[in-house]
Amino acid sequence: MSNAATTAPAPAAPPPVEKIRIKVDGRDVEVPKLLPNWQGKLEPTTMLQAIQIAGGEVPHYCYHPKLPVAGNCRMCLVEFGTPMIGPDRKPVLNEDGSPKIAKSVLPYEPSTPRGAIACATPISPGMELYPNSPATKQMREAVLESLLINHPLDCPICDQAGECKLQEYSVQHGQATSRFVEAKVHKPKAVDLGPRIVLDDERCVLCTRCIRFSKDIAGDDALGIVNRGSYNTIAAWKEGAFDNNYTLNTVDLCPVGALTSKDFRFKMRVWFLKETKSVCTSCGTGCNITVGSREGAIHRYEPRENDAVNGPWMCDAGRLNYKWVAREDRLKDVLIRGAKAGWNTALKEISAKLAAAPQGSVALIASARQTTEELFLLGKLARKLGALTDSVPRLGEGDRLLVNVDKNPNMNGAWLTGVAAVPAAGGRLGLIAEAIRSGQVRTLIVFGEDVTKCGIGTDLLAKLETLIVSDILPSATTATATYLLPGCAHAEKRGTFVNAKGRVQKFMKAVEPKGDARAEWEFLHELVHNVTGQNGFSTIEGLFNQMAAEVPAFSGLEWAKLGDTGVTVQI
Amino acid sequence: MSTKVVDRAPLTFYERTYLPAILGGIKVTSKHLFNTLVKGKAVTMEYPEQKWVVPAGYRGAPYLVKDQDGATKCVSCQLCEFVCPPKAIKITPPGPEGQPADRANAEKMPREFEINMLRCIFCGFCQEVCPEEAIFLQKDYSLTGQSREEMIYNKEKLLKLGGTHAGIQKWKHKLEEAKEQETFPVPTP
Amino acid sequence: MDSIKYLDPTTQFVLFSILKVMLVFAVAMTGVAYSVLVERKVSAWIQDRPGPNRVAPFFVEFIPVIGPWLTRLGIFQPMADGLKSFLKEDFTPSYVRKVYFWLAPAIACVPSLMTLAVIPFGSTLGNAANKMVIADLNVGILYSFGIVSLGVYGIVLAGYAANSKYPFLGGIRSSAQMISYEIAMGMSVVAVFLLVGDLNLSSVVDYQRGGLHQWLIWKQPLAFVIFMIAAFAETNRLPFDLPESETELVGGYHTEYSSMKFALFFMGEYAAMIAASGMMVTLFLGGWSSPFGSEPAGTILGGLVHIGWFLAKVAALMVVFIWTRWMLPRFRYDQLMDLGWRRFIPLALANILVTALIVAFTHK
Repeated sequence: MSNAATTAPAPAAPPPVEKIRIKVDGRDVEVPKLLPNWQGKLEPTTMLQAIQIAGGEVPHYCYHPKLPVAGNCRMCLVEFGTPMIGPDRKPVLNEDGSPKIAKSVLPYEPSTPRGAIACATPISPGMELYPNSPATKQMREAVLESLLINHPLDCPICDQAGECKLQEYSVQHGQATSRFVEAKVHKPKAVDLGPRIVLDDERCVLCTRCIRFSKDIAGDDALGIVNRGSYNTIAAWKEGAFDNNYTLNTVDLCPVGALTSKDFRFKMRVWFLKETKSVCTSCGTGCNITVGSREGAIHRYEPRENDAVNGPWMCDAGRLNYKWVAREDRLKDVLIRGAKAGWNTALKEISAKLAAAPQGSVALIASARQTTEELFLLGKLARKLGALTDSVPRLGEGDRLLVNVDKNPNMNGAWLTGVAAVPAAGGRLGLIAEAIRSGQVRTLIVFGEDVTKCGIGTDLLAKLETLIVSDILPSATTATATYLLPGCAHAEKRGTFVNAKGRVQKFMKAVEPKGDARAEWEFLHELVHNVTGQNGFSTIEGLFNQMAAEVPAFSGLEWAKLGDTGVTVQI
Repeated sequence: MSTKVVDRAPLTFYERTYLPAILGGIKVTSKHLFNTLVKGKAVTMEYPEQKWVVPAGYRGAPYLVKDQDGATKCVSCQLCEFVCPPKAIKITPPGPEGQPADRANAEKMPREFEINMLRCIFCGFCQEVCPEEAIFLQKDYSLTGQSREEMIYNKEKLLKLGGTHAGIQKWKHKLEEAKEQETFPVPTP
Repeated sequence: MDSIKYLDPTTQFVLFSILKVMLVFAVAMTGVAYSVLVERKVSAWIQDRPGPNRVAPFFVEFIPVIGPWLTRLGIFQPMADGLKSFLKEDFTPSYVRKVYFWLAPAIACVPSLMTLAVIPFGSTLGNAANKMVIADLNVGILYSFGIVSLGVYGIVLAGYAANSKYPFLGGIRSSAQMISYEIAMGMSVVAVFLLVGDLNLSSVVDYQRGGLHQWLIWKQPLAFVIFMIAAFAETNRLPFDLPESETELVGGYHTEYSSMKFALFFMGEYAAMIAASGMMVTLFLGGWSSPFGSEPAGTILGGLVHIGWFLAKVAALMVVFIWTRWMLPRFRYDQLMDLGWRRFIPLALANILVTALIVAFTHK
């Protein structure tokens, strides 16, 4: 096989993009006339996009690149000017021949600049934008001051503190003191918006990001604004009714601390969290996530933007599926027939047993929750031993947005490394059960699955000579294991998953493994070396690169080339 | 350039016999010995009997304080834990299931607040950073214990040692202000 | 007592010698303990401090007036110090050369105690045969120089065994310093023995016992000064404490030592001071004789008075040792070497020459 990934035909050259010349802060910039909007449709480029292309920044609350534009926070006001047109419909020129610019001013007050909201105003040829002019700064200051009028300033108890746009912009663009002397408007606090969301109305800046997300992205029009004037508040149509599988994205979206997660509420200040790039393991989509951990404890998952997989979103179920990593009953010790042992002894004994096992007397059941590298090593082991292999299927419900029907995060990895049965995983489980019953298979290797739940009951396991099990949490299988090797959760090791669409994505280690547990690929590497006599790599980078060289689908890939967002391969 | 050569006169023969140095030494030491022994002018402060007057503004051990209603002032913002240079402070936040604050409207207080007095360097950053005026460096400077565990002061101990610090009760004030306003949302007739 | 008289003279001698050894050892050790106290007290007073004034056994507080006064004086401090050195953790670092590391403190401590053997600390006690010196050697001074020169091995070995830079530097300094000053010291006493005409230390005392005017300090002032300064260098006392100078070498050769092993070095240093004082008293200050002239005692009381004179003189010299510590700053290494080799050795040689000439011309 030649390297498929690199020799794929180059995509056709994109059609020429129509450009517009404008000036940002006096510098000439050429920007595309049209840019994709939140849905990916081409729309006239806005002032905000143009300034971002020019390398500037415009503070904003309500604007979000993946949401429809609302233009209600007014934070992105920018002073601008357009070329002056004379009565003869011709541009008016300065003495040096350059076009004369008419700054936008109030209609009957020509000395007062009139800004435009950069998020919703399209640019026109020759336009001049002043994102750093004194007038722009004054506008921002004024907007921020009015946003803060009724803000409770309760940062010490607010979960958003540390990642709050109101805090950041107050420092960057705000005033140091408040001129407001009247009593603040007080609104309801700690409102129960839904099973996973708490709302603090006093902190809300009414940007409506959450409303737009629920309606336009999640398709659940559950939120809206009620009451008038200063008493505007966000509300669900019925108390506690904000309950779809994507509600927690509104917590990420909320630029202030109005919407907070019940799960993360008062748990840890965000500035203590170590952020580790990882991948969600709850289904085959493989949403990119950031693991927030402190001192070995995982506190939250947050989506990490990857337009090829999940955009900036992730589902609530996946986001909250992290607590099992810290479960008390995690397997922490190497056990030989129930007695505590060391890694060296166990691996030595297992290696000797496997090396002595006759061809075909070993079967291997892997898990599609394991990393591709581990499955690759298991495949090597199985080929050497002539073993029957399979993995366990795990199908469930999907949805139209992110949730995949396949609940295994690495089903494609199991297929590509040849461990799982084709075309449907689990097809050979019956065969393995039969071989155990007939006595042909004397040794069973199980990784990360409870085989008693898929047709190989404890009666069959009792017939085995040796049962080698590696898992993270205890199960009926681990209870009967001859050799029990404690493994690592994905957050405790490095590796790659291949998602349902064939995207190879790597994830990093966030926390240390519990007890004696070791990353599976580490001890598998040793085991494979002992049994097959082949030398392998003792680093994950080397192992991945070796796998890329040996597995056709991954040819041409390298660990370093995967980047943070992964590479799609042909499946 | 700016070097200054100091004129060092060579030692005279008398000086080179070390005699002036020895005589000078005898003079100085005898004077001090006489002053201490006969006049009783020892400068030592004999500690447990004589105690030092702690000056105002002294930075002793940091303790948590209560407000005038006897409620915990700390809201578990963890800024002191963040700023603490020797990492002496460890706060366990209440978490989603935790007990709310023991006063109305503050929502949050630490589940546990520990200061390891063995690590503490009495720098006062915690007091400076505290947005709630809940931690103060007080006058205690002689902290003793039988074990390392004993020197980790927990919330209960810190609050007991800290006493009361009357000040602006901002959360109470907010609550009163909110109550004064018309009820919200406006009740429909 | 009578039964002793019927023993043969050899057995009597052995028993009596064992008794003397035990007594001298006990007195020397107590002396060491209390010189530490004196050192701490004198240092404190010179530095405007009260010094150790707390330690006391529980019953002392019930004694009126005297009890608190003794406590204030720190009389019980040495007991606490001694107990502490036994109870402290005896820590042996992993990187040391273990055998030498354990051997060095003993080698440093023993020679200074052994020197005491030849010093006559009294005239006689009871009868004329009971001379108050453990070993009345006729080559006494040679013995003591021989033993003293062994003391350097303990320190050098400690510096080497610790396998660490500061002790090593301390050990090197010590070996150079002690060897240099031993020469000056040895040469300074030659003149004394030229006058006395006998190497036995008891004869040196006999030579001086006529009274204050007979003391050799008047006949050999230069030898006394050289001997005394060399003694400071030999015992590593300030201003010549370069082997352990805290400000430069942390603790010098005993940096890595703790507990009892450190205490042995400490005891060795003070025992050496006592031995050096004793030697000076014997050679220059009339030994056990009183300043008004004394005959060997015929009574037990007279013998005890002579021992008392000896101890008083030693104590006075110890105070000089301690006081000097606060009078003078530490010498620089090159100054130390310069003083030893280029001043004292020629001076001592000249002194020998002059004394020899005088002896030659006046000798009948």
